[in-house]
Amino acid sequence: MYEGPVQDLIDELGRLPGVGPKSAQRIAFHLLAAEPADISRLQEVLQKVKEGVVFCQVCGNVSEEQTCRICRDARRDPTVVCVVEEPKDVVAVEKTREFKGRYHVLGGALDPLSGIGPDQLRIRELLGRIGSDDIKEIILATDPNTEGEATATYLVRMLRDFPGLTVTRLASGLPMGGDLEFADELTLGRALSGRRTV
Amino acid sequence: MYVRHLQVVDFRSWEHADLSFDPGVSVFVGRNGQGKTNLVEAIGYVATLGSHRVATDAPLVRMGCARSVVRTAVVNAGRELLVELEITPGKANRARVNRGPVPRSRDVLGILRTVLFAPEDLALVRGDPGERRRFLDDLLVARAPRYAGVRSDYERVLRQRGALLKTAGSARRAGGSGDIRTLEVWDGHLAAHGAQLLAGRLDLVADLGPLVSAAYAGVAPESRPAEIRYRCSLGESLPEGYGVPGGPRADIASLEAALLTELARVRPQEIERGVSLVGPHRDDLELVLGAAPAKGYASHGESWSFALALRLGAYELLRDDGAEPVLVLDDVFAELDRRRRQQLAKVAAAAEQVLVTAAVAEDVPEELAGARYEVHEGEVNRVG
Ligand SMILES: Nc1ncnc2c1ncn2[C@@H]1O[C@H](COP(=O)(O)OP(=O)(O)OP(=O)(O)O)[C@@H](O)[C@H]1O
Ligand SMILES: [Mg+2]
Ligand SMILES: [Zn+2]
Repeated sequence: MYEGPVQDLIDELGRLPGVGPKSAQRIAFHLLAAEPADISRLQEVLQKVKEGVVFCQVCGNVSEEQTCRICRDARRDPTVVCVVEEPKDVVAVEKTREFKGRYHVLGGALDPLSGIGPDQLRIRELLGRIGSDDIKEIILATDPNTEGEATATYLVRMLRDFPGLTVTRLASGLPMGGDLEFADELTLGRALSGRRTV
Repeated sequence: MYVRHLQVVDFRSWEHADLSFDPGVSVFVGRNGQGKTNLVEAIGYVATLGSHRVATDAPLVRMGCARSVVRTAVVNAGRELLVELEITPGKANRARVNRGPVPRSRDVLGILRTVLFAPEDLALVRGDPGERRRFLDDLLVARAPRYAGVRSDYERVLRQRGALLKTAGSARRAGGSGDIRTLEVWDGHLAAHGAQLLAGRLDLVADLGPLVSAAYAGVAPESRPAEIRYRCSLGESLPEGYGVPGGPRADIASLEAALLTELARVRPQEIERGVSLVGPHRDDLELVLGAAPAKGYASHGESWSFALALRLGAYELLRDDGAEPVLVLDDVFAELDRRRRQQLAKVAAAAEQVLVTAAVAEDVPEELAGARYEVHEGEVNRVG
């Protein structure tokens, strides 16, 4: 235990995902030794993400404006929508350069252990988009793990009654049990282009 | 196969230990509490990613340390593989094979196979069904490592479905409706993974049954015949002959369909009680002696013989599959009478490698005279 603010900082850092007590301590002492200008910059960006970042009203991705850059981009195919769990998955799919459509970010996956059911995900918004926009294909790109698979199965059930809508799932070959973001670009790109109708 | 080298760092009582082995017999001798079992436990961990003594990893790490490291060099059919595991309780283990990291620690399963006999084995006969399910699943994974994935997927689905049922159940008891819109989805996944696990276990029991019966007859020829039977939560819906020696191999699709039907049938009770009532997590391996179940009826000696027969059967099965497993005999001779001792020693003396622990050297049968290691106050030395 350290005195006062140093321990507070270590505790706060330790609450971040993936940061254990040792790393928290290391980061804290790194920050203590840093130039005041560096700290101010960090402070500023932290402030900005909280105030300046909103979620896109259409797709749920993080955005600077009410609608995100991808939803505003007229060159992107509005008839194909890739459904992912988190904004970081949008980044992962974008990196493959295989996908020219739009996205829908659910904000997670079905996870009863954490109290997350259909109402805690942006599923109603997805159904609304399919009802009003001219969407022909939904690609289910939830994580290849228990919760992601269950979410995909649930969505297939919800989507099968929309006439003329094709629902596809990423081809297998992604490392099972993992997150989408951990798949390398080549593998994810291949899974995307090899997607199958479900 | 055999373990040529073992190194542990901060594992149990060992700050550091470094040992080389030859094929054949190695005996660890030392007074109680000197750390003999800890050494063979480390070897067992490399084979199963679990301990035969505790359910969690925390007790395996030396008190006051953050992590343990276990390194083994395993020789199989002339080829040597180096397996390294870093055990950090509460986190995913890190694993390397031949110094290259592998994506998941369970990728090392199958490199080393062990069959471990220990005083704790009595729980196989006298303990809860969970002990016997674990015995079956560990053996299944040793035979076909892909079952490690099947098992963990099934357990994850089960936990999620259980959480859903529990929440829905308590909502209903409080007068609400309870949200079960996603229950069918979880049913589907439970049945899909459950059918794979179930099929694996049924075929395993069919193969293992005759070996256990024969081993029991060898250990206790004067006793009534022993038999194992898989008891399945599917009851009457389990297709005829599944899990029975000489019967049909289990068909995964049929089992999946049967599980779904059964889930639909018990759904009201499941919601009311908030637990999953159907699936391999509810099953048991029945141990039968003559006409009576061993549990509750068998004498102390008979129970020991049955436990021994289960391990001997597992050993024979893995041997029949190809790679001969390493035998680990942790402090078992003191517990056995002369006949059982001899029977076990006969099998062990023929094994490619056997690791034995004993508090006093006199407990070890003469057939197993081999390399001798003395374990004393945090040190282990080869003395003969
Ligand atoms: N995580 C741990 N950290 C430090 N010491 C431990 C840890 N776990 C167990 N020990 C110690 O290890 C010792 C037990 O070692 P082990 O079970 O290997 O003994 P043994 O030589 O097999 O004895 P016995 O002949 O009684 O079976 C105990 O003294 C115990 O306190
Ligand atoms: Mg011991
Ligand atoms: Zn958008």
